[in-house]
Amino acid sequence: MGIRERLSGNEAAATAMKQINPDVVAAFPITPSTEIPQYFSTFVANGTVDTEFVAVESEHSAMSACVGAEAAGARAMTATSANGLSFMWEMIYIASSLRLPIVMSLVNRAVSGPLNIHCDHSDAMGVRDSGWIMLFSETNQEAYDNLIMAHRIAENKDVLLPLMVCQDGFITSHSIENIELIEDDKVKEFVGTYKPEHYLLNDKEPISIGPMDVQAYLFEHKHEQAEAMRNTKKVILEVAKDFEKMTGRKYELFEKYKTEDADIVVVCMNSTAGTSKVVVDKLREQGIKAGLLKVRVFRPFPVDEIAEALGNAKAIAVLDKADSLNGAGGALFTDVTSAMYVNKKQVPTVSYIYGIGGRDTTEKEIDSVYADLQEIVKDGRVENPYRYLGLKEEK
Amino acid sequence: MNDMIEIRWHGRGGQGAKTASLLLADAAFNTGKYIQGFPEYGPERMGAPITAYNRISNTPIRIHSNIYDPDYVVVVDDTLLGVVDVTAGLKPDGAIVINTTKDIDYLRKVLKGYTGGIYTIDARKVSMETLGKYFPNTPMLAAIVKVANIMEEDDFLKDMEGSFKHKFAKKPEVIDGNMQALKVALKEVKKLA
Amino acid sequence: MSIGGNIYKAGNAREFKTGDWRSICPKYIPEKCKQCGLCFPVCPEDAIPVNKEVKREDFNFDYCKGCGICAKVCPFGAIVMEEEGEE
Repeated sequence: MGIRERLSGNEAAATAMKQINPDVVAAFPITPSTEIPQYFSTFVANGTVDTEFVAVESEHSAMSACVGAEAAGARAMTATSANGLSFMWEMIYIASSLRLPIVMSLVNRAVSGPLNIHCDHSDAMGVRDSGWIMLFSETNQEAYDNLIMAHRIAENKDVLLPLMVCQDGFITSHSIENIELIEDDKVKEFVGTYKPEHYLLNDKEPISIGPMDVQAYLFEHKHEQAEAMRNTKKVILEVAKDFEKMTGRKYELFEKYKTEDADIVVVCMNSTAGTSKVVVDKLREQGIKAGLLKVRVFRPFPVDEIAEALGNAKAIAVLDKADSLNGAGGALFTDVTSAMYVNKKQVPTVSYIYGIGGRDTTEKEIDSVYADLQEIVKDGRVENPYRYLGLKEEK
Repeated sequence: MNDMIEIRWHGRGGQGAKTASLLLADAAFNTGKYIQGFPEYGPERMGAPITAYNRISNTPIRIHSNIYDPDYVVVVDDTLLGVVDVTAGLKPDGAIVINTTKDIDYLRKVLKGYTGGIYTIDARKVSMETLGKYFPNTPMLAAIVKVANIMEEDDFLKDMEGSFKHKFAKKPEVIDGNMQALKVALKEVKKLA
Repeated sequence: MSIGGNIYKAGNAREFKTGDWRSICPKYIPEKCKQCGLCFPVCPEDAIPVNKEVKREDFNFDYCKGCGICAKVCPFGAIVMEEEGEE
């Protein structure tokens, strides 16, 4: 029946890691994810886990150590944020192209500069094309649950891709909230042991990993990665089904919150979805057909499924907590509109860049987005699709 | 929605307002509630004004934003009264709880235009008498529990004893003082208006 | 607002007034002060002005955070810490 607890998002992530008890954790502290390796190293020191904790000197080394460990045949995990992830960038690609199912807890924060330590999704968006599976989490509970499901997804032989679980820096990482934990033995059984088919420390099969890959092969290897990413959707849903059997908590590629008959729909990720649900409920009380689509699986992007879910809406707003700085909206907006176009769904859609650098996003602001959508439905046209939410007038 | 209590804490870095908000979340959690406890991160330096928040509810809390229209405000340090707009958005039927020895006329003057309830407690005195040191957060925690009627006093004290035993596992000598601080504070908090 | 938040002026820390961080306040007692010069170098905020005659003057409360280091370092009891708050 689960264990009723109250934990911050970081505590939740560290607790998941404790229960998973990976072979190796290599991490370097960076705000706001610092507490994760901090708590975890306490578990190591207390003997609660038998993980080899590698206190590296940088994030580049953290990911390198994870790559080495995973290639050797170990289950490796790490945690980071923002500039830490930026510093890992080279190794992020090595991890995915060597098909090493490393699991990372990414606590989202703005990538400097100017210097800012608060939440936005620019760190995650920077690696959206790197071949990592990316799961987003509204709450501490989802960050925890996603981590418990992570290895089963990443290590599946049809997948073999690294996976990151994102949650909002400070907003959920540093907020104490209710959570239902799963018993240690159940997690252990659910996650299972890591049995790689090929690994460096197997003396019966000497292998080489990451050799030179010239014009004749890289293209095909990249295509294989893309295929693996396509396979991932199915695996994510299978794992979610088993998870639901264990916990009663249902996970899909995205959450449809009152979208079935909705005329106006907001699409967003992470903690803002919670605030949006509150607004949707209030609008529904007034008879306004509002809905929310919360993207959980951002990579692979559920193109057809999202187009299907949004096809009957009359106006859509996509909220991006990172600007692509391409002058044409955020990354989620681009993906959603592309999904709709390819599936021949023609719905007026606007992009809102919001919450950059930890700017608080209020109920009132989300409400204003739904009000804008009602205007669009009434007029039947979109004046300016590239909008900002909560931006101050210039002084 | 109406069953949710929203509390905003104003303190200075180092006074434990953040810790108090987390302890309050803990105490309410232990009575079966849904809770949120989170600080607003700014320049975290000794003495700098800081804000922390609590939401307490009978149903799951989904909103993730700061609190702009609190039901209650706790001011851990009365020198903030002239510096920070502590009553901003405070609901008219809510109340403010202040650590101060000042009288109602002074408080009405500095809380320009605020007409709602005012509770005070001399947390310095309580803390010095029970702990021998100035930790205003413990008495303020008891004060807000009483003013906002968050839980039964006995349940609160029993629960906090458990928390302190856990928190101060390495220095059990301070547990009695902290418990005493809570008990005295529950009695000392006064309604001025 | 400037491009990239760049600051085109030197000595801009002056505009960041940290006086409202203060919960205890130093009081300068000139009669006890020997002008020994121990207090002003230890002030983290440079909130103890020194005049042309190299003599310290009263505190600059726009910046004094009330940390109390000056009171601790003063051998003559010429700085005492008092509770902050307007009377």
